[in-house]
Amino acid sequence: MIHVSGLTKAFKNVSVLRGVDLDVATGEIVALLGSNGAGKTTLIRILATVCRPDAGTAVINGHDVATAPQQVRESISLTGQFAAVDEALTGRENLVLVAQLRHLPDPRGVADQLLSRFALTEARDRRAATYSGGMRRRLDIAMSLVGRPPVIFLDEPTTGLDPQSRLEVWQLVRELADAGTTVLLTTQDLDEAEHLADRIAILHRGRIIHSGSPAALKRLLPAAEIEYVEKQPTLEEVFLALVGSPTSNVGSPTSNVGSPTSNVGSTAQGE
Amino acid sequence: MSTHVIRDTRVLTGRSLRHILRSPDTIITTAVTPVALLMLFVWVFGGAIHTGSGAYIDYLLPGILLITIASGVAYTAYRLFLDMQGGIFERFQSMPIARSSVLWAQVLTSAVANLLSVAIVTAIAFAMGFRTSASLGAWLGAVGILLLFTLALTWLAVIAGLSAKTVDGASAFSYPLIFLPFISSAFVPTTTMPAPVAWFAEHQPVTSIVDTLRALFAGQPVGGEIWVALGWLVGVLLLAWFWAIALYRRRLR
Repeated sequence: MIHVSGLTKAFKNVSVLRGVDLDVATGEIVALLGSNGAGKTTLIRILATVCRPDAGTAVINGHDVATAPQQVRESISLTGQFAAVDEALTGRENLVLVAQLRHLPDPRGVADQLLSRFALTEARDRRAATYSGGMRRRLDIAMSLVGRPPVIFLDEPTTGLDPQSRLEVWQLVRELADAGTTVLLTTQDLDEAEHLADRIAILHRGRIIHSGSPAALKRLLPAAEIEYVEKQPTLEEVFLALVGSPTSNVGSPTSNVGSPTSNVGSTAQGE
Repeated sequence: MSTHVIRDTRVLTGRSLRHILRSPDTIITTAVTPVALLMLFVWVFGGAIHTGSGAYIDYLLPGILLITIASGVAYTAYRLFLDMQGGIFERFQSMPIARSSVLWAQVLTSAVANLLSVAIVTAIAFAMGFRTSASLGAWLGAVGILLLFTLALTWLAVIAGLSAKTVDGASAFSYPLIFLPFISSAFVPTTTMPAPVAWFAEHQPVTSIVDTLRALFAGQPVGGEIWVALGWLVGVLLLAWFWAIALYRRRLR
């Protein structure tokens, strides 16, 4: 679905991408993992046709970003690092706006459907400026789903979110991939990459230095030694236990993929 | 791609018009300073200014309307800059829309907002004693020239918005534009100025535009001035437009 080879990009004299090769299959969730300045955002921006590469090719859904950007844009949506919502408009107006710009036949119907799916129906007539960080991110992602693009780019989708909102986003991403959407996301959070991604691609100094399933990446290191360590609940687990499960606030409450309790050996915690 | 230009521009113009309707203060604040100037010059300084026969307010209004527009277009630079700062600009760029529609929407919104501000200032001028003997044709001519002036300055504002590094920088470009009418025939006849200043005043665009508007409002023949005015307006409009589009293309890389 996404095929990238030999992609390079420099800003002024600073080389940001130095030959990126990456393939993402349909319905796969791939996490681009890397520290600040590794080039994650630049790569995403090139794939989303917002920025042009210096060399190399990137083909998405059969269309080259350099020669057929408009066709690529039909196949993708970008959720940037900062919520790309119009704060002066209501949640519903934001969704209608995107649906109209995607030339869909029934913008209002599409908007209402997404509002209820993202638990924003109650807040739909409030301006986005009044939304909490988590609601804003949900609206942001909902706007990216308008028109059901087959490929979705999420640039640090959970940065700045509280733990509950973060789990909500994880759950949404899982559901998208289950429905066949291809997801390429960036993160600095190792935990997030491990829980969410089918495959992790580590971007370091402008190159993908390793790519594989979380389990395969772990096998790169020597076999685990067995030690006995008293298992304390993490603060996140304590927090979530105290405030209640986040999955009850959103969409379908059935799936709890990506919750921290899937940690092997973690303290049992009913959900 | 071009088939979507009109539809996308309409949708995006609807969006930014909503911004204006939700915070109509931008239209009001645009009108406040020109109205204050109008009152100051008509009721305080005007008695000592001699512009020949006719009321001073009739002489003054065209220049005040240009000042209104010159300060109003700064909001276009401001809105464009804020869009680019937030993620929404990038979202639009990654969507299958006609790219120029993002700029056209801002320009059309500016035209609507500025004509509203101009209407407010004109209404207040009428209340203060402004009178015109303009025919319908002359009114249309005056509105057309004000619209051209708005479009030319708005494309300059687009350049400022696209190239600004800070919010303040985005709107700072309009200060010289607001000041330009003061060194023209807008407030006093150029014949009263020292020779070098008078030369500048007579050869800068505002004087020909102001003189044309004044003749239209007075119901007099506009003479050759209208061609000078139109030349300036169309020239600046085309130059600013090409420059803005080139800058926009470069920003997309």
